[in-house]
Amino acid sequence: MADHKQKITADEVGYVAKLARLALSDNEAKGFTDILNDILAYMDKLSEIDTADIEPMTHAIPNTNVMRDDIVVPSEDPAGIIGNAPDTKGTLLRVPKVIE
Amino acid sequence: MDPTVHTIHELADLLKSRAISSREATEHYIERIARINPKINAYLAVIEEHALEQADDADARIGKGEVGPLLGVPLAIKDVICTRGVPTTCGSRMLKDYVPPYDAAVIERLAQAGAVILGKTNMDEFAMGSSTESSYFGPTKNPHNTDYVPGGSSGGSAAAVAADLCAGALGSDTGGSIRQPASYSGVVGLKPTYGRVSRYGLVAYASSLDQIGPITKDVRDAALLLSAIAGHDKRDSTSLDIPVPDYPGQLTGDVKGMKVGLPKEYFGEGLDEEVSRRVRQAVDVLREGGAEIIDISLPHTEYALASYYIIAPSEASSNLARFDGVRYGYREVHPDGGLTDMFEHTRSTGFGAEVKRRIMLGTYALSAGYYDAYYKKALQVRRLIREDFDRAFGAVDVIACPAAPTPAYRIGEKIADPLSMYLGDIYTVTANLAGIPGISVPAGMNGQGLPIGLQLLGRPLGEAEILAAAHFVQKHRTAEVPKPII
Repeated sequence: MADHKQKITADEVGYVAKLARLALSDNEAKGFTDILNDILAYMDKLSEIDTADIEPMTHAIPNTNVMRDDIVVPSEDPAGIIGNAPDTKGTLLRVPKVIE
Repeated sequence: MDPTVHTIHELADLLKSRAISSREATEHYIERIARINPKINAYLAVIEEHALEQADDADARIGKGEVGPLLGVPLAIKDVICTRGVPTTCGSRMLKDYVPPYDAAVIERLAQAGAVILGKTNMDEFAMGSSTESSYFGPTKNPHNTDYVPGGSSGGSAAAVAADLCAGALGSDTGGSIRQPASYSGVVGLKPTYGRVSRYGLVAYASSLDQIGPITKDVRDAALLLSAIAGHDKRDSTSLDIPVPDYPGQLTGDVKGMKVGLPKEYFGEGLDEEVSRRVRQAVDVLREGGAEIIDISLPHTEYALASYYIIAPSEASSNLARFDGVRYGYREVHPDGGLTDMFEHTRSTGFGAEVKRRIMLGTYALSAGYYDAYYKKALQVRRLIREDFDRAFGAVDVIACPAAPTPAYRIGEKIADPLSMYLGDIYTVTANLAGIPGISVPAGMNGQGLPIGLQLLGRPLGEAEILAAAHFVQKHRTAEVPKPII
């Protein structure tokens, strides 16, 4: 790890992994802590610029809602869609137990 | 006669004059792929039967007198673009068995144009990478020297074009993934203006930055292929409802009076000397053609990479939340584990290291307490970068710079140090943040025989101008740009 104050601790890495639904091994968690600290230290560059009055830019083109008439049109083939699921029962997707 | 060496427009002429049939051309490509692909791993899948059917259809259309720039021409498609009935893996274990029930908009357009799809090309996993080493299916190798990377993330498409394993290809570019592999592999790669090409059916990495574009053997082919895939599509709400120009028709062969900007920030520290020399030589070609070369500044360039590597992973962390083992793709279940446990095991084993790294980085940047410091800040800097370009394009028509700070590096050289690999994207991420078009055109080789690309950036919807400038460089360059020997 580089010589700087930790931007992100091992505990925070664990918390972020939980948010991202990733189960990290101890080794992975340590690796992520190190590399994320290096990357975030690089990102500190951005604090050099004063952006107080700058409007954030989410898209390169003006984004407006695109409306269309509410007309029923054919959709994709349901069998092709369901066929990609790892576990199905008829037209239903089957998942492990949700509630104990 | 071996038709695989030809460009798209050369092959289209041969098909039109009936000197060769699409089936014959397709068979030649399939034979060459079988021979050469094991050396470079450019294709993940070759769809021989499907390709030959499409070739026969094209031959029937040609037989009825139909002509078209892509009619019967065999192409390759990056495996991030959905193809109905043909696996689309995104270079990931997560989607290794995914078979899209629909075609991407660009695939529909290519089918209408009568193109033949030979197969799907290798890529960095979910287009996250700059070397095609992060693919679950192993790295692609550079046809000019198989110890080197072809660039990425569209490395399979670039290598396939360079090695004559297709007449042309499609890639996708989120932070340079068309232009950088084109530069490393000695071919032409164009990222269109954001919104020029429909993203419907492109598996999303960073939706505000992603664009599909051509990777080709020459500039005319890039213009032809762009004309075929560009245009409005109501299924992509960001696609622009603006008429598509006749790009090939605007390759005038003339750059007299064109104003070409040289941004000093793209020629500073970290730029390889041979790359700098070749790029300046290419700029001299434009000067001798009557273009006016103007020194310019894009002052926020040094902040672009940090901005990009916050915005892209943030969007990715949201986009890739859909891969949860429920509706499609890979699933890993542990006995007695519940639904959340299944999500976590599926995602932890289905995604590779770089994808997980970017999901973590993006999740962190978007999380409570850090959103303003990272994500919002990056979006503000993004606007400053766009404003740099707006100002510059008040004074110049195109901007000339390197596509990448160095030529291709050795396979394995940077994979263990992600930050050093990210730094290689320094000259390409700006166009994605600003939404402007960019093209990489071969400018020569370095002393070790590795290609170097000149990048030309244009105004929003200024594809015709950068194509015209790139076409002029290609036609009049003095530097040799030999084909790989493979």
